Parts: sequence; C-alpha cells; structure tokens
Amino acid sequence: MPLTFRLNGETVSPGDVPATTTLLDWLREARGLTGTKEGCNEGDCGACTVMVSDDTGHRALNACILFLPQLQGKAVTTVEGLSGPDGELHPVQQAMVDHHGSQCGFCTPGFAVTMATAHLNGRTDHDIQLAGNLCRCTGYAPIIRAARAAEAQPVPQWMTPSIFASQISSGDAPQARGAESPLDAYRPATADELARWYADNPDTTLIAGATDVGLWVTKGLRDLGRVCYLNGISDLQGIDIGEDEIRIGAGVTLTALREAIAPHHPDFAALLDRYGSVQVRNAATIGGNIANGSPIGDSPPALIALGATLHLRHGNARRSMPLEDFFLAYGKQDRAPGEFVEAVTIPRQPDRLRCYKISKRFDQDISAVCGCFSIRVEDGTVTGARIVFGGMAGVPKRAAAVEAALVGQTWNRKTVEAAEGAWEQDFRPMSDMRASAAYRLDAARGLLSRYLLEDLGTPVRVREVAP
Amino acid sequence: MKDSATPDAVARPLPHDAARLHVTGAARYVDDIPVPANCLHLAFGLSDTAHGRIAGMDLDAVRAAPGVVAVFTADDLPFANDVSPSIHDEPLLADGTVHYVGQPVFAVAATSHLAARKAVRLGKLEIEPLPALLTIDDALAANSRFEDAPRVWGKGDAAAAIAAAPHVTEGSIEIGGQEHFYLEGQAALALPQEGGDMVIHSSTQHPTEIQHKVAEALGVPMNAVRCEVRRMGGGFGGKESQGNALAVICAVAARATGRPCKMRYDRDDDMVVTGKRHDFRIAYRVGHDAEGRLLGIEFVQYARCGWAQDLSLPVADRAMLHADNAYSLDNVRIESHRLKTNTQSATAFRGFGGPQGMVGIERVLDHVAHAVGRDPLEVRRLNFYADMPALRAGGGLSAPPQPAAASPEDISEAKMEDGLDLASRGAAAEIPAEGHPEVAAGGIQTTPYGMAVEDCIVNALVDRLAESAGYAARRQAVADWNAANPLLKRGLALTPVKFGISFTLTHLNQAGALVHVYQDGSIHMNHGGTEMGQGLFQKVAQVAAARFGVDVSAVKITPTDTGKVPNTSATAASSGSDLNGMAVQAACDTIRGRMAEFVAGLHQADPATVVFSGGEVRVGGEVYAFAKAAALCYQNRISLSSTGFYATPKVSWDRIAGRGRPFFYFAYGAAVSEVVIDTLTGENRILRADLLHDCGASLNPALDIGQIEGGYVQGAGWLTTEELVWDERGRLRTHAPSTYKIPAVSDRPDIFNVALWDGENREATVYRSKAVGEPPLMLGISVLMALSDAVAACGGPDAPYPALDAPATPERVLASVKRVRG
Repeated sequence: MPLTFRLNGETVSPGDVPATTTLLDWLREARGLTGTKEGCNEGDCGACTVMVSDDTGHRALNACILFLPQLQGKAVTTVEGLSGPDGELHPVQQAMVDHHGSQCGFCTPGFAVTMATAHLNGRTDHDIQLAGNLCRCTGYAPIIRAARAAEAQPVPQWMTPSIFASQISSGDAPQARGAESPLDAYRPATADELARWYADNPDTTLIAGATDVGLWVTKGLRDLGRVCYLNGISDLQGIDIGEDEIRIGAGVTLTALREAIAPHHPDFAALLDRYGSVQVRNAATIGGNIANGSPIGDSPPALIALGATLHLRHGNARRSMPLEDFFLAYGKQDRAPGEFVEAVTIPRQPDRLRCYKISKRFDQDISAVCGCFSIRVEDGTVTGARIVFGGMAGVPKRAAAVEAALVGQTWNRKTVEAAEGAWEQDFRPMSDMRASAAYRLDAARGLLSRYLLEDLGTPVRVREVAP
Repeated sequence: MKDSATPDAVARPLPHDAARLHVTGAARYVDDIPVPANCLHLAFGLSDTAHGRIAGMDLDAVRAAPGVVAVFTADDLPFANDVSPSIHDEPLLADGTVHYVGQPVFAVAATSHLAARKAVRLGKLEIEPLPALLTIDDALAANSRFEDAPRVWGKGDAAAAIAAAPHVTEGSIEIGGQEHFYLEGQAALALPQEGGDMVIHSSTQHPTEIQHKVAEALGVPMNAVRCEVRRMGGGFGGKESQGNALAVICAVAARATGRPCKMRYDRDDDMVVTGKRHDFRIAYRVGHDAEGRLLGIEFVQYARCGWAQDLSLPVADRAMLHADNAYSLDNVRIESHRLKTNTQSATAFRGFGGPQGMVGIERVLDHVAHAVGRDPLEVRRLNFYADMPALRAGGGLSAPPQPAAASPEDISEAKMEDGLDLASRGAAAEIPAEGHPEVAAGGIQTTPYGMAVEDCIVNALVDRLAESAGYAARRQAVADWNAANPLLKRGLALTPVKFGISFTLTHLNQAGALVHVYQDGSIHMNHGGTEMGQGLFQKVAQVAAARFGVDVSAVKITPTDTGKVPNTSATAASSGSDLNGMAVQAACDTIRGRMAEFVAGLHQADPATVVFSGGEVRVGGEVYAFAKAAALCYQNRISLSSTGFYATPKVSWDRIAGRGRPFFYFAYGAAVSEVVIDTLTGENRILRADLLHDCGASLNPALDIGQIEGGYVQGAGWLTTEELVWDERGRLRTHAPSTYKIPAVSDRPDIFNVALWDGENREATVYRSKAVGEPPLMLGISVLMALSDAVAACGGPDAPYPALDAPATPERVLASVKRVRG
C-alpha cells in the first residue's frame, strides 16, 4: 500500500519519493511547511522537532533524521499544527510570547513543539524534556519560565488526543508484508517476517530509529540501497519483566526502556536520561544501540555491567551470548550476514550498578568516558566485580585486570589504590576531540574511587549539589 | 505597566515584535522565502588541505552529476574574486593556492540543495601540500603575522614600575575560540532583475557589505544591487562578513544562468568554512604590593587570526582596549601580535576581542589575589577606577598620560588598491586630521589609551551586587562546605565588566533611517540596523511610537533594505539601538515638526505647544486623532516622509598611536557565579548566578534582560563546554553540534538572578539608554574565575595557583586540580 500518514489532521500520501527522504526535507520542500527548521541536520539541535502520535502516545522527534516510511499510519503535528483553528495560540506558544522565550526565533518552533508534546503528556521535568532543543540567544531562563507558566493551562480542545490518534484504521495498517513497497523499502510487521526476509536479503540496511543511520544519509550522503524499516514490528517492542530477568525486545526505544527499568535499575535509568535527548530516545532502539557496535554507545557498558545476555536470530536459528562477547573489535561484531539482534536480557534483581558518564556537556553529549560499575561486597570483601567502559577502547570493554585486582580484597581505599596499575593493562585509550588518552585513564581511575566514596555515602555528583 | 498609549512607549517590557511569528513558525528566514520553481541551489567544493598549491582540478564527475547546471572555479568569475571585508585577501574561490581546510575551491549550481551537496563531493582536487602553520607557536616561529610587527600601546612606564614593585606575579593563559552556532546557518538568495540588476536576500548583519561585494563581483555600481534582510536566526558577529561568500556566488551564478540562486551551508560546512572567535594566548607580568594593588603591568596578547585578515586588526585592537577592564592602570604596556595561520579566518564574535582582553586582566586579578592571599573581590575593589561621585569630590586619581611607545606603521591598507570597503570594520582608519586626539587633561582618571573614564559606576554597582547576592556570607559558606567535602569543591567569584561602546573605526558611528506617515496615520519605519533576535526592531519601533505619541502597533517594522537606507554600518559593536534609534528619532521629529507647524498654524498656536500623545495631536484647545492630523497634513501638501541621520558625537581615535576617545561611553555590569567541581574527573557546573547590569535608562527592560541572560550563558559556554579542536592536519574536528557543545538547557544556573542597574546614560543617547548587545557576554568570565576558585580550594595555603585555561572542560579542570595538589 502507499505510504500514508496524517499531517496536521490531514491524511497525506507522499507518493513515489525515495525511501530515505527525511520528513524535514519533505515538509519544507514538498509541503511548503517552513516552520520546521533545519539547524544541524543530524538530530542534535531540535530545531526540526515535530510531534508524532500513534496509539501508544505522543512523542517529540527530530524530523531531520526521520525517514518518511517510519511514519506509516502515524500522525504528525508540526508547529503549524499547534495553534487553534482560529489562530489561537497554544498555551506554550502564548507563554513563550509572554515570557520573552524567543529572540532570533529560529529554534522557537522546535521548542514550541517539544513543549506542546510535554504539555500534552503532562511532563513537567522541563530540563529533561528540553535537553534536545538548543537555543543560542536566551540562555534558556525565559523558556523555562514559559514552560512552567504553561503547566497550569489545560490542553486546548484542539489538541485533544482524538485528533491525533491514528485515524488510519487497522484496515489501512501497513500491508507491505513480504513485498517491497513502491519505495523500495521493506517494512515487516513481525519478527518472523523480518527473519525470513533478512536471511534472504542480508545486504539490506536495517533501520530502526534512524538516529544513527539517518546521518549516513544526511551527512554521509550515502545511497543506502535496499532498506528495511523495523519500527512496525510490534513483537520486537516488548519488555517482559519476569521473575529473574527482564527481556527487552530489540525494537524497544530508549524512552520505553528507561520507563520500564527505572524501578529495577535506577542508575541505568538515570544514565539513559543523558542518552541523546528526548527526541533521540523516542526514536533510538536498544537493538540499534547494540548492533551498531559503537564504542561510545551508552547502553552497552551498563548492560554488560548488569550481566546482559544478547539474543541473535538468523532465520529460525537463534543463539545467545554474553553481551560483551558480541563486540569483537572496532567496527566488528559477532553477527553473521542476515542475522539480527532480537532481544537482550538482564537480571531483574536489585543491582549495585553505578553509571558515570563524563562528557563536556552534561546533557545530550557523547561520552568521553562512560564507566559502569557493579561491585559486589560481602562482609567488607569484594566478591564480584563487573566494571565496563565506553570510550576507552574500540569496543565497550570490561576492565578485567582491575576487576581481578579487586575481587577477594577488602573494599576500601587501599584496595582501590592498589588496583591503579591494572588500568593500563585493561585500556590504551585514544586521544580525540572529546578527551586525551591520559585524561581518559585518569578519569577512569577516578571513577572507581568515586564508586567507593559513593558507596560510603559521600556526595560525589556535581548535579546533585544544591545551590 | 504603563498604558500603551502614553507618549513614553519606550521603557516598556513589550515582547519582541516577531514573537508571535516565531512561536507559530510563520517568521520567515532566507531559506523560507518562496522561490520560483527554476531556482538553483549552490554548494561549495572545499579544500581538504591546510596549505597547498592547486595542481589540478578534475570536475568532470561534478559536471555530470544529476541535477548539476553549472560549475564555477576562480577562472569562471567575471570580475572581482574577493569576499574580504578588509584588504582584498580573501578570494571567493581559491585562486591557485589553498590556505585552510574548508576553503571554497569551486562551486556547483544544481536543481536541489541535496543534488548540489552530492555533486561537490565528486570533485577531485590535486593539491600539492605546502608547510601549514596551525598554532600560535607555529606562526610565531615563522613570524607569520598581519601588520609587520606587534602593535604596542601603553601608558606610564610598566617595566620600571614592575621592577620597583615589592611583588611580581607572572603567568599566561590560553583562551580558546568560539563557534557562533547561530541556529540559522549562513544563507543567501539572489534574484536576477531586468537590466542586470540583482536583488539579494541575505542572512547578514551587514547588508551594505553584501551589496558592495556583490556589486564588485558583478562589475556593476552599488546602485544595481539591492540587499534586503528581514531577520537572521542569530548572528553574534558571525554574519558581519561571513555571509559575503554565499551572496556573491549566488549573484554570480544568477547572472551566469539567469535563474534565481540560493545557497545555505549545511551545518558541518558552516562550521568548517566560516571564521570563529579568535583564540588568544595572553602572557602577563605584573608588579603589585602586598595588598594586591597593581603597580605596573605588561600584557602580551597573541591572537590567532587564521588565513585572511578579515576583521582581525580591529578585533585585536579591541582586545587591547579592554586589557584594563574596570581597573585603573597607571603603568601599563600592551603588546599585540596578530598571527596568520592556515586555519579559518577568525572573525567578529560578540565582544569583538574585548572578552579576550578582559579575561586577561581578570586572570591577573585572580592570580595576584592568590599570590597575596586575599579574596579576589577585595583585590579587584582595590584596583577599580573611581566612581564619578568620588571624582567630583576628590579630584585627580592618576598621573597624566604619557605618550605611548612607538608603534609600527599601519599597513592595514597595504594591499588595498581599489574598491575601498569603507563600510567595513576591516577598512583602514583615517588618522584624525588634528593629529593625535587630545587625551584627558591631568587630574582625570584615564584608560591606558588616554580616554577619560567619566562615567564609572563600577564600585557602587559591585557593592550593590555583592550585597544582593550575599557575597560575604556565601564566601564563608563555600569555605565551610569545602572543608566538609573531600571530593566536590565549590567556588565563588565576582567579576566586573566595563565595555566601550562605539565602533573603533570612527566613521562607522553613523546611521540612517526612513520614516513615512501614511494618510491613515499608520507609520512605516525603516533603518539601517538588522534584526538578529536582539529586539532592535522592537526597541526602535518603541522610539518611533513615542515620538509620535501613538501605540507601537501603529508602527510597521520593515526589512532592512539598502534601497531605502544606504551606506549602513554593520549591526555590530552593540551599536544597533544607539545609532538607529537616534536616526529614527531624527526622522520622526522632522515629520512631527512639520505636522506640528501645520496644525499650530490652523490655531494660531506656537508649534512648540503642540502635543503628540495618546494617539492624539493636541493644539490649543483642539484635539485631533493622529490619523486625522496626518490626513489634514496630506490634504494640505505637507510632506509626511523623512529620512533621519545620526552621527555619534565626541569620538575620535588614533589606532596607530593607541590614543584618543574611541568610545562614546562605557557600559558596566558585574556578575557573581558559584560553581561546583568534581576533583576526581573535573566535571563541573554553575550553581547560581547573580547579575547586575547597566543598560542606562532601558528602552525595553524585558529585551535587555534577555540580552543579559543570554549573553551570560553564551559567555559561560565559551569558557567551559565550548571547545574547538583542530587536528595535526588542520582539520576542525568539532564541526557539528555532536562534537561542539554549546550550553543546553540544564547548563543554565539553578538560581539565576538578573537585575538592571537603575541609572541613565550620562551621555545623550536615545532616551539615555545604553547598548546591551555585547557587554553581558563578559559577565560569563565570572564562571571561569569561580572555577579557578574551586580548584584553588583543593590546595593548601602554599599550593600553586590553578592557572586554569579556557575552555575549562572537565579535562582542563582536572589538570588544574592536579597542578594545585602538586
């Protein structure tokens, strides 16, 4: 069936456009909806934010790295769709005017859409909700004042969910099963379909959230050839919280993961609050973050520290492995052609996990160093340690020598200091624009001390210091 | 809030004129302007080599790429191949040699933006590498510089004073550059007209510059080119000269193809191609007493200017001009090196060198305070210029200025043969005809360049801020907290700002306006200033409304247009509302005078008694609605249109000697910042900021507070998270927001108190207001000093000085902690 979705209340079919056409380009060039701005074209500034709604809710997303086929059956609201039918401003728009929240105005449409989405969802954690929208003029203070002022305003009648809930009935749902759409974009509806098809077409580019692959197109200007969109596969999007373990489908977004694991692994959840931004977490999937093999992806170190198991599938064949074994070398993973990540499981029981991410900027930055620690201590003695780092090697990597230096020792400063020499055995980090090699090693050492001190009840996090 | 119909539409916190358009997405930027279907889209092919000779260029694949209509190299340009705002040293397209990674070498016009971007990547450039100078040290070693020797200004005898001083402190600070990161990237649109004329829409702070460079490139007089600017999505100095290349290539391509041509840089291209804030190294040697009084001081400022001159000379000048900040220096020598490197040509950025100069002296105060073991605020207070009341009471504070050391000849004009770019800050200054301008007579405190400091309020302002921010109590609280916390340390700092207002190229301190009153009483306002978010248009509209006594809604704000107001100066140097507000006021007053004379004549009244207020014109006992008065004037053939003009008085400056009065006045401010650092990783954040800033009698307090809050955060970003990194091949590695980190929402201080100083400009500016664009950026320096304070808290009484460089990334903070801990 043709690609169909709703745009500001109207059902639209973009027709025969390339499968990697971004929503941003299409809005601006084909629809003349120029309120949505291009600030960076890589999902880092939020000027292109739109709201995408479906039966599961309303999400802010970056239109610059959102491909049209990802919108099948969904409803898109742009800044032009926020105001009422007679031009009444949405409460967040009015508050931005009243509180002088715009100066140059270029980031403002993106802010307005993110704020309206948060408003609709009843979210008032503005620093988190707005971390993905950059403003260079205001210093943010008036924008936060506006967001707070709008909290008390009711959702306007024209924003009531019925307008956005997928009006494209299930009869219209994606029908691309087993056949390529006119867009040369395959869009399976089940994991079984994907497994069959991908085994036969292993050269296909799989696209889940497109927060990484999007940049291959917008920055790398690559022609992806045959692509397969995964976001319609509902049976990869489940989170099963069992007696002993939590099984997370590969298609689970970071947003959904964060909500589900917060009660069980709160520090992992807190780390995920710094993963990209709301717009990125609403698109990015856990499967994508693992499968792309990045040495600086933030979820693998935490997952490995928790003792995660990865589940791969090829056709009907499945295999599992400790997650750390999946990452073989920089750019190389233990994944066969046609094989894909189906799920990851982590233990459910309370953890001793602490995740420490170091970056130049607190929010929406890529880790210079991301250290995840889980050190078991019984009667004052270390009985087990899983210490995993991102940014310290070509892969997310365990600090095996450091772990060995700790296990069996008394859990105190002396032991931590005695392990100092082990760090060089584990890591030979590189210098790049995020940090020097020497700093990375220093910081990694420091993070073990931090873990100990935090264990002893010392305040260790600058973000938790009250003014 | 006052009734909007009262005569004083000024001084009211009205929203930005385009706020509603902003929040609905209806505000149009260059890339949003509807274009004809045959519009072409342009992209540049860029140099991948920092320095080299172009041995060959194979562009066949580019020409054959889908959608490509035309390809341009330097050989294809019909007239001037130059986009420099100063000495014609910046070819639009590389001419034989490339000078930095990212230099435009060729251009493609294609049927879509994407097609153009894809096509340029198919170009094969054969470049024979030449030795590349990338760093300050590289340039110094090769004596690669603009101007033939360092520029030196001074006052008194610094060397002798330092030699005689009981204590000498010396050091050096590295200060990184800054990417503007205007949210709207550079963009231009050229629309060819009949008879070879060209209309340009450009995202520029300097429409006249665009007009001038386009005219040169097309070989036409300036009257054949019209440049229009409705708004920019941020400028910050990055659109003073950096938009020239896009506008010029669009015009050239439009001329060649006869089709509209549009260009916008992809963000990565924007960051790789365009200039940024100059990074600096500032070395200092200072003699002081045991209390911290500065007795003699020497600065050596090294500015990394990049490959072309652009605006680097006036930038480096302004760094020298702010080497004193708010401190009275009797014996001072400032030496400035303007170094030429194979990197992007550094350009204007909010503060224009002033922030770097100011960081230098604030670093000195911080270092001296550490050396003498006192609270830096006490040492700062010891050295402030005196406030004016004290001057009136007390009299002379410093020795009469002495002639500066001999300076090298000004060679800024050296390569300039024709096509003088008079409206650019890169233009050469005329030496004032009367020779070196008179400096202040003895008995008045003066700056190192001999300008009397007559409007100083820094002592009172700092006192009030210290009081409102609870500085003394918090100083103790921070010490107590640090004693109790082994890992995290807090720091506190108060720093002042004294920023000089005026273009240092004196002739740029002029502005024009054009105002019409229509027969229905509606008003059309135009002036030479550009709107980049700062609220200039709103402020000036409030001035116009006040002059006519009408509601501001009666004033139509119209795009800046070189066809309406000619020979404009860049909207820069914080000058926008000072200059254009006065020009609009003059135009309005001319029309108002004619209307008054006419209606007074109807009633045999004195025109001076006619009152324009509340949307009415009152004369004798009669009241006319403003619209009725306008209609009557029209019917009686009274002109309702006027230009207005303003030239800033009193300024006169000799940049070679470093003497004179470059500034009409100073704007003041101060900030207290409190931070916390993690001594294991160097991670840090701002906990609280208290700002008190002097806008004179504010034209619009809401907009001014917006500039102050935003400036502070932008300044703090410059000095903390915003790090530009080049690799050993001269490639900028931080060329996108994924790697270059401007502050995000949670980086603002948890507690953020901002207040306006309650005063008025002692000079006769528009409604006695003060300029506000740049000065608040330098309030962010308090963050760097607070971080230094926190680092210092890691050491004992004899620990070394933190010597924290900028930007203070976690890595630099940690290095500094280790230095202090030994």
